[in-house]
Amino acid sequence: MFANFAVPDFFPAAPEIFLLAMTCVILLLDLTVKSPRRTLTFALTQATLLGCALLTLFLFILRGIASQEFVANYTFSNMFVDDGLADFLKLLTYFTVMATLFYSRRYIEDRQAIPKGEYYVLALFATLGMMVMISANHFLTIYLGLELLSLALYATVALNRTSATATEAAMKYFVLGALASGMLLYGMSMLYGATHGALEIGAVAEQLRSAHEMGSVDKTALVFGLVFIVAGLAFKLGVVPFHMWLPDVYHGAPTSVTLLIAAAPKLAAFAMTVRLLVGGLLDLSADWCAMLMLLAVLSMAVGNMVAIMQTNIKRMLAYSAISHMGFMLLGLAAGVSVADKPLGLMAAYSASMFYVVTYVLTTLAAFGLVMLLAREGFESDRLDDFKGLNKRSPWFAAMMMILMLSMAGIPFFVGFFAKFAVLRAVVDSGHYWLAIAAVLFSLIGAFYYLRVIKIMYFDEPEADNAQPITACFFTKALVSANSLAVAAIGLFPNLLLGICNASLLDVLPRI
Amino acid sequence: MEFKTLIFYALAAILIFAALRVITARNPVHAVLHLILAFFTAAGIWLLLQAEFLALALVMVYIGAVMVLFLFVVMMLDISVDVVKQGFWRHLPLGVIIGLVVAAEMGLVLGGWTDAGLPEVAASASNTRDLGALLVREYVYPFELTAAILLMAIVAAVALTFRGKKPGSRNSNPADQIRVKAADRMRIVKMQPEIDLPVVAVEVPVETASGAKE
Repeated sequence: MFANFAVPDFFPAAPEIFLLAMTCVILLLDLTVKSPRRTLTFALTQATLLGCALLTLFLFILRGIASQEFVANYTFSNMFVDDGLADFLKLLTYFTVMATLFYSRRYIEDRQAIPKGEYYVLALFATLGMMVMISANHFLTIYLGLELLSLALYATVALNRTSATATEAAMKYFVLGALASGMLLYGMSMLYGATHGALEIGAVAEQLRSAHEMGSVDKTALVFGLVFIVAGLAFKLGVVPFHMWLPDVYHGAPTSVTLLIAAAPKLAAFAMTVRLLVGGLLDLSADWCAMLMLLAVLSMAVGNMVAIMQTNIKRMLAYSAISHMGFMLLGLAAGVSVADKPLGLMAAYSASMFYVVTYVLTTLAAFGLVMLLAREGFESDRLDDFKGLNKRSPWFAAMMMILMLSMAGIPFFVGFFAKFAVLRAVVDSGHYWLAIAAVLFSLIGAFYYLRVIKIMYFDEPEADNAQPITACFFTKALVSANSLAVAAIGLFPNLLLGICNASLLDVLPRI
Repeated sequence: MEFKTLIFYALAAILIFAALRVITARNPVHAVLHLILAFFTAAGIWLLLQAEFLALALVMVYIGAVMVLFLFVVMMLDISVDVVKQGFWRHLPLGVIIGLVVAAEMGLVLGGWTDAGLPEVAASASNTRDLGALLVREYVYPFELTAAILLMAIVAAVALTFRGKKPGSRNSNPADQIRVKAADRMRIVKMQPEIDLPVVAVEVPVETASGAKE
């Protein structure tokens, strides 16, 4: 039985292998670093992520040379896939994590209690988890990638050991996250039974299709499993009614960790949702479509309403994240209803993807700014801390204004086009009431984004918080570039929309 | 009824009893012992399913290593169960209801299940060998990912619990202890020989008995 053994093709997984190897190297080298600033560890971490980006780009070009259609590469017994979606989302993930670490460098330096070396290593492990999730083509690898990501994040939330709120947040995140993982796994095991032992995403889809054609579908077990899977996904995306962990974790964690949780993992969660629901379970779409619509409407309602009452900007952004994820789900739900119109299907999914990508870009800059304003012994996370920001630094007040306007969906910033694309897909699918609800809740949401602008421009700074902003030039430049990108992409949205469209080609069913 | 079915029901009954005792036992040591019984019985059920490798792994790894360690910890920590179990009876009805609902839902689903029975395997098939081959061939990617997760868990556990050297602790560095030479331990000091001074008689005033009386 061992005669036909073939060594798997490691090449498509080169970025993952490189990242894991470098993580081990950094872990060892960090032992010799004496400086409390950990410059070597930090530089190596950034270099590793850059190396991964180059490798992914190289793989993408090679696939282009091999065939005009950029055929996806499968390896490790089809458990791993390297396709357009994987390449694009992985590149975005690297740059998001790189920016996250740049922004958080000074923040964690100012806080003695956070162990620096471990922070970078755990961030790399989390990145590896995201990459595995993005490239997963098998229920097992999706689950393992998710665990790698989640466990690393639980630990980083608790890294600041002197803070009681951080410990509490980590505990909540851990318990609820473990519950969600359990649900997801349980759902997967039900599907495993119902599809006669299929775990590979393509095989599951094949099984469902053939069972559908033969008319011998045992719907009960399938839907039973599906409910658990959707619940698990909803936990990870943080949509209502599975959102309880989000505000506490965003608030309790150190801001650098909040950014690590808030930005890049959303990309991985999107990839996981698309691969599971669209790639694997499209034949059950009639069932999960209704669930997603319900989750979306509830999230937009709760997220936008509760955000109005917040006095802490991290909590406010957490509720804003809930409503944004709800909006993103609208696109996924809308795509299915237009399944007879292939172009509509494509437009709906790429609109969702565009939404996630632009949301990650905006939230990255927003938390980056919060960290820029923080200093030793001062978190700058209350809304009151933004009072009179215009007097302290007109430039960064303008940057924050761009971000808030974009999140609110004011025209000619990127957030507007993201909302517009999703709404168009929803209208195309014929669910007018969904579109109306989405617009109404976005209007309500605009209030709290605009309030931040009012606080920055029309209120006087608090007495103990009136000094100008001090930070290294590079961080300031990066935050500015990030915020300006939000404005610039708003001028040319079709470019990014086109890339989203092209990268989804491999995942969607052959039309 | 087949003999195997009889054994299954016997094992299942013991398993459920042991699992119940784990959460109801007053003494934490008894709870751990019942957990060991539960694991052992589960291993028996696996043997019935012809999964001898998993059964042995459960006995050796879980009972042999993990549970023994657990027992040590429980004995050393001296946990007060009454505090942990506060509200157990108060929350019990809700827990039972939720458990029953879950069981009923699963029953509804499994009711329509057609049991295909176990696939026939050749008597010579070794599932240790099969599992090993599967792990390093088809499932090598998840296997390596699991290794990465364990490594990450170690890093996280150390980062969360290691608080550095405490100030004022009397830890000694083993490397320094090994590197020490005889010269470091004993110092020979040159000094003038000490000369005993001649003893000078000192007049000690003697109190007279009469003086004490006055």
